[in-house]
Amino acid sequence: MSQMQRLSQIPPGKKVRLEYVDAGFGLKSRLASMGLVPRIEILVVSSGRPGPIVVSVKDTRLVLGRGMADKIMVSYETVSPQ
Amino acid sequence: MKEKFTVALAGNPNSGKTTVFNALTGARQHVANYPGVTVEIKEGRRKYKNRQINVVDLPGTYSLSAYSTDELVARNYIIGRHPDVVVQVVDASNLERNLYLATHLMEMNVPLVLAFNMSDIAERRGLKFDLEALSALLEVPIVRTVGSRGEGTGNLIEAIIKTADSPPRTRTHTIRYGAEIEREIEGIEKLLDSDHELVTRYGHRWPAVKLLERDSEIITRLQKPGLTEAIESAAARIKSLLGEEPEMIIADRRYGFISGACQETVKTTVQSRHEVSDKIDAVLTNHIVGLPIFFALMYLVFQLAFSLGAFPMQWLEGFFAWTQAAVAGLWPAGSPSQLKALLTDGVISGVGGVVVFLPNILLLFFAIAVLEDSGYMARAAFIMDRIMHKIGLHGKSFIPMVIGFGCSVPAIMATRILENRRNRITTILVIPLMSCGARFTIYMLIIPAFFPKPWWAPMLVLIYLIGIVLAVISARLLRSTLLKGETMPFVMELPPYRMPTLKSVCLHMWQRGWMYLKKAGTIILAISIILWAAANYPKAPSEKLSDLTEARARSAQLQHSAVGRLGKTLEPVLKPLGFDWKIGTALIGATAAKEVFISQMAIIYAVGTGEQQSEALRKKIKAEYTPLTGFCVMVFCLISLPCVATLVITAKETGSWLWAAFQAAGLTSMAYVITLAVYQIGTLLQTL
Repeated sequence: MSQMQRLSQIPPGKKVRLEYVDAGFGLKSRLASMGLVPRIEILVVSSGRPGPIVVSVKDTRLVLGRGMADKIMVSYETVSPQ
Repeated sequence: MKEKFTVALAGNPNSGKTTVFNALTGARQHVANYPGVTVEIKEGRRKYKNRQINVVDLPGTYSLSAYSTDELVARNYIIGRHPDVVVQVVDASNLERNLYLATHLMEMNVPLVLAFNMSDIAERRGLKFDLEALSALLEVPIVRTVGSRGEGTGNLIEAIIKTADSPPRTRTHTIRYGAEIEREIEGIEKLLDSDHELVTRYGHRWPAVKLLERDSEIITRLQKPGLTEAIESAAARIKSLLGEEPEMIIADRRYGFISGACQETVKTTVQSRHEVSDKIDAVLTNHIVGLPIFFALMYLVFQLAFSLGAFPMQWLEGFFAWTQAAVAGLWPAGSPSQLKALLTDGVISGVGGVVVFLPNILLLFFAIAVLEDSGYMARAAFIMDRIMHKIGLHGKSFIPMVIGFGCSVPAIMATRILENRRNRITTILVIPLMSCGARFTIYMLIIPAFFPKPWWAPMLVLIYLIGIVLAVISARLLRSTLLKGETMPFVMELPPYRMPTLKSVCLHMWQRGWMYLKKAGTIILAISIILWAAANYPKAPSEKLSDLTEARARSAQLQHSAVGRLGKTLEPVLKPLGFDWKIGTALIGATAAKEVFISQMAIIYAVGTGEQQSEALRKKIKAEYTPLTGFCVMVFCLISLPCVATLVITAKETGSWLWAAFQAAGLTSMAYVITLAVYQIGTLLQTL
């Protein structure tokens, strides 16, 4: 099992898998409704250091604040084809 | 077959829902107020073969949970008003995420139609849909639309009517969440009161699923002893069995269902819809260049609004002057009729003074609408987020602030995009510090009067900057004291850049401009009349006036009236700021609307009406006051008491008159203190 990292630490161009979100269930539901569910593949598009992070999830682009990205735990585990 | 029925439009933000709404209703739309709802809802009408269709535009949402006000409003509209049909506008180029909302609607078993919007973009990217198969899988009619071109509107209306005329069906396939969750759902279903309205309308399953998702609003509605414990133990069981909370598993299974349905019916090619946008973003959101580009764009926007707006403004001034003369002409010359005076001086002057700014305001809103519709505003919000974050606000806060440069009223309404209540209140409280169009008129009176031409632009920028700096400091202060709290984590969708259509930009522009006009038509009209009365009564005895010119007579009358007396009484308080009773009197008038400051000054200085008014007035004030006082007047107007319309909207949007009062008191005292400081220090510096 790949090591767990914060999304905020992932450099641009890398694909990671969302493991879980370290937040209350209201926020988790909101993220889920925007496409961020466990096991989804995330591509980091740009990672302003400092500054917000732009990710690509399926066909959606999302901007996440640094604090938000800190709460999203990801790994380099490849997404298994279904 | 119903003759009149209602259709509710739901959909994700950025799905083009508003464009579809516009295509369905044309210009026949208005904003409606629903009791108990702080968000206003747009309604429109469409006639089709002698059926009348009422279309309601629900707020854009990603889901139908209790997490945000928008979602609650949308959901409660559906639950409370039972629209005959719900149409979800789906962004076909971002299908799977958009269908997440659809699964919620499907679960509620409302009569549903899906509009696959932005089909042109989807097709350009090589997406091919087997709409029939997908429609069969989802058991929902699907119509292909291109909202921006009005394509598919006819088909959509026919699908809507067909659905409205059909008897209610129950679905044959429901989304299954896996054995463990289904077991818990069954358990909760047994606990529900079968005669509760949510159950009779929506069945047992939907409320049970919502309860398992720990939806706070549904829990409150269905509250009964033992329910919360049952839910908690169900959730605990799921957590230990599957390692995740039920909400997450349910969400995951929804996407699984969607994925499965799409795999069979949607063919994609590799091209991402974000390729071009990425290239543009590489420049516009670049670390080094992004912020300066943004400021340059903002500067351009204001330049456009104020320079292009000058011509129609002059035309409008002329028009109002003409109207005034025409109305006055209805009475014999020199008639002392009070009605005539009320109409010409009170109503036409007052309202005209505000409406004259409509071109500037419209141009500003036009520019903002272009920035919003093209997708740039989303980028700007995230560029500004870092800065906003430092003062304790959300990046999205800055969009209403930009609108505040036009007029505070629509700006305060725009704060609805902020989810966090404290953020929202703070933003609302400081918006008046963004110099609005009305204050601009005051600056344009004073600056040319006292300063040489090359100084004009820098002085203007200085004043605006002061406002912005004060807003930042106040926001910071508020957020660390009264309105302390965590800033919402920043997550926002970045839609691909789009070419805005003229039609939608104009509609946006007009909607906001209309709010400005409404303010003129209602509140300012009322206040103008009150102010006119307070400035004309008590009447100065006629002997005093008989040998004065008309202009001087009006000046004398003003001094004798209630307003004039109040101004004189306030003079000692205003003296340390460098103001005299004349300015004081004008400021009292400015509480109605800032523009009134100018007309009051014109009256006091007996400058008569007409085209040369501004120049004549400038000469007079230059003669009477020092540049320092002029500057102090601007500073005071910048900060102090927002106009009545702003206060009313603040009270409405925050839900409490206390906040409006706080805003008024806070800003006025800040204005007093700062102007005092500026004047005193200024005088001190002059003597050195």
